[in-house]
Amino acid sequence: MAIVGRSLMMIALAVSVWGLVSTIVGIRSGRRELLISGQRSMAVLTGVVLGAFAILEIAFLRDDFSFAVVAGHSSTTTPVGYKAAAAWSSQEGSLLLWVVLLTIWSTIAIAALRKRLKEVLPVATVVLFGLSTFFLLLIVALEDPFVTLAQVPAEGAGLNPLLRHASMMIHPPALYAGYTLFSIPFAFAIGALWTRRLGADWLLATRRFALGAWLALGIGILLGARWSYAELGWGGYWAWDAVENAALLPWLLGTAYLHSATIQEKRGMLKIWNASLVLGAGILSILGTFLVRSGILTSIHAFVEPGAALRWAFVALILVELGASIYLVATRRSDLRSEHRLDSLLSRESFFLGQNLILVALTFVVMWGTFFPLISEAVTGTKSTVGPEWFDRYVGTLALVMGALMGIGPLVAWRRSGLRELLGSLRIPLIVALGTGVILSVAIPPIREDIPSLLLFIAAALTGATVTQEFVRGVRARRAMASESSGRALVQLVRRNRRRYGGYVVHAGFALLLCGVAASSAFQKVTEQPMTPGTTVKQGDYTFTYVKPTAQIFEERVQFGAEVAVTRNGKDQGTINPTKSWYPANLAPTVGDAFSGESETDVGLRAGPLRDLWIAIEPDTSKIVPLAERVDKRFGDLTPEARAVGIGLITAQYLKNPPPATFRIIVSPLVTWIWAGGIVVVIGGLIAIWPPSEPRRRRVSLPAAVGRGQG
Amino acid sequence: MLELLVVVVALAIVVVLIGSPIYRSLGAGSEGEAEEQPVEVEADPREVERAAEREAKLREIREAELDWRTGKLSEDDWRLLDSRLRAEAAELLKDSAAPAPTKPGG
Repeated sequence: MAIVGRSLMMIALAVSVWGLVSTIVGIRSGRRELLISGQRSMAVLTGVVLGAFAILEIAFLRDDFSFAVVAGHSSTTTPVGYKAAAAWSSQEGSLLLWVVLLTIWSTIAIAALRKRLKEVLPVATVVLFGLSTFFLLLIVALEDPFVTLAQVPAEGAGLNPLLRHASMMIHPPALYAGYTLFSIPFAFAIGALWTRRLGADWLLATRRFALGAWLALGIGILLGARWSYAELGWGGYWAWDAVENAALLPWLLGTAYLHSATIQEKRGMLKIWNASLVLGAGILSILGTFLVRSGILTSIHAFVEPGAALRWAFVALILVELGASIYLVATRRSDLRSEHRLDSLLSRESFFLGQNLILVALTFVVMWGTFFPLISEAVTGTKSTVGPEWFDRYVGTLALVMGALMGIGPLVAWRRSGLRELLGSLRIPLIVALGTGVILSVAIPPIREDIPSLLLFIAAALTGATVTQEFVRGVRARRAMASESSGRALVQLVRRNRRRYGGYVVHAGFALLLCGVAASSAFQKVTEQPMTPGTTVKQGDYTFTYVKPTAQIFEERVQFGAEVAVTRNGKDQGTINPTKSWYPANLAPTVGDAFSGESETDVGLRAGPLRDLWIAIEPDTSKIVPLAERVDKRFGDLTPEARAVGIGLITAQYLKNPPPATFRIIVSPLVTWIWAGGIVVVIGGLIAIWPPSEPRRRRVSLPAAVGRGQG
Repeated sequence: MLELLVVVVALAIVVVLIGSPIYRSLGAGSEGEAEEQPVEVEADPREVERAAEREAKLREIREAELDWRTGKLSEDDWRLLDSRLRAEAAELLKDSAAPAPTKPGG
């Protein structure tokens, strides 16, 4: 079926080029049939690339090692779920997934906005076809997923062990969904600037796509953090890794845009700012894809080795997007003038603006730190990095200001707020926030030494209390207006004001997340030391005892581990079982290969609402490997059965005389709050993005003069 | 052989789908009359823009009321703001109800 897949890719490229050309000619000549053909081409393109992707997936699921990409990234022993996900662990498959997602969103956008944005749509369609053509050219010319092998191997190389984690099945598609969804508002922003239709209509029409992009990127970032925490064996969830940062950049600008777009909708203000933000988010999405797929910066995600052609192609695309964006904003600046000015500094608009500035500053900080290795190399000839401490210092300070704005902003009215009303609304949240600070200082004395963490807790408490108060007051108002029960009033309040209350739920999620980050970064306790069975390690109230080693032989890996008993103040807390697995290094493994292939750490994790107990093990195989190699040397080529016996004997030897294993033991408070906060953020995002169930019609009386106006 | 057939069928479907608007237009042109198709009513871009503005203004009126009811605005401030917003909404409604400008001499 590889020939069908490759042919479909060629057809897809031809359709994409046709869509691009026919739409451009249609715009220039005004021939409607060409524009319709172009729009239809996007739906056809979606069908074609989906067909190609299905062929690739079937090849992975059927272990068709005649496909080079399947032989290089999967094996017969790879679990089915990971086989399906292995498609996007490869460079070729992930680029194809990018095109599939882009064309799906583009088709939906074209169908949904065809009538609403008649003038803007053709130019936006050109931009979308430009992107799909670019990626299809890369696939056809440089990264063909349908290359076949002359000699078909009996077994594949298997999936990179680090990618064998449940979140890895969703993390890359979620990030790609976010990146590609940002292409929609980006394309329509270009269309609006090109046609000078710069009202709020394009912004309103593409709002759900922007929100969807923000949500998908957020889910991807969260799952990536979870993978890092549970799989990489270092005990953290965010390393300021280049690829992690790459997803954060458009997400930060997207967050700013979602807030400031509301000001343009309501007041016709910040048009240049909004256009710049949405164009920036679109460009940063391509930059993110480039960072993931180019390997230009050192990263834990460096699973691919791309050629120079791919790197230069991405650089060219980013420069074209950047140049076009700057040109369009500069030449349309007179059309982008604000229709109004700020009525008051004490208004929701000015708080949104302040929040926007912080988010943009955060974007620049993260960008500078991410690209510093390249900048330093260009300037000094030496590649140096800024390190997590640098990020923590600047991002921490800005996040603190952000937390305070999240706590106060929702209490400020649009246009103009009275100082008395603001102070009145702030009273309870401030009491809660300061009370939290006092209670924490008294109950946990070490927090007094860590002022930034204490302030983050106070900011989180302020945000949480503000959101709670907003819900309570909203329900009360609704009950007064409609005489409803509290439950019904809450549901109706949220249903009729999804954006506002969805946003508040997002804020509440961030408050939880901030608490988790503050606590786990300030009060994490780490011990790393070699242990033999029977030895113990004390960490605060907890005692960890290495009870015995464990070992298991699976079809595709050998796993060594440990049973660790945990007590708290002498009270039994059960056992935790960290393991480490080795995957054979090549397709015809010897006994020695079984203990020296690529490895994967499965941390032993006891997660709880107040703290996580986290243990990773590094078994000492320095005596095992030479022993296995001696077996290989002595017996030469072994049959699979004899090899299994050899591995079994060596494993039994390890269990009988276990050498010391190095344990990394972490007691980390409130990490669960990070994941819980993330889930709350996603729920808030879903509330905000959910379409209204019924047309929102409510009679609003207007001055009588309007009725007579046409007389 | 089967693979070749699949590719040919796929290609044929693609050509028919993306080419049909052009064949139709050519067919209509050669017959010298418009093909019988359902007429698609397309929105006037200016009207779409006005509708977006109206929608935003009505939402602003509702949100101002919610701001007052949740204690962010005093009643006096809200009444003042509300009347201003309603006047702005009235202007928008007047604009949209006004007949489209005619060409000079038309």
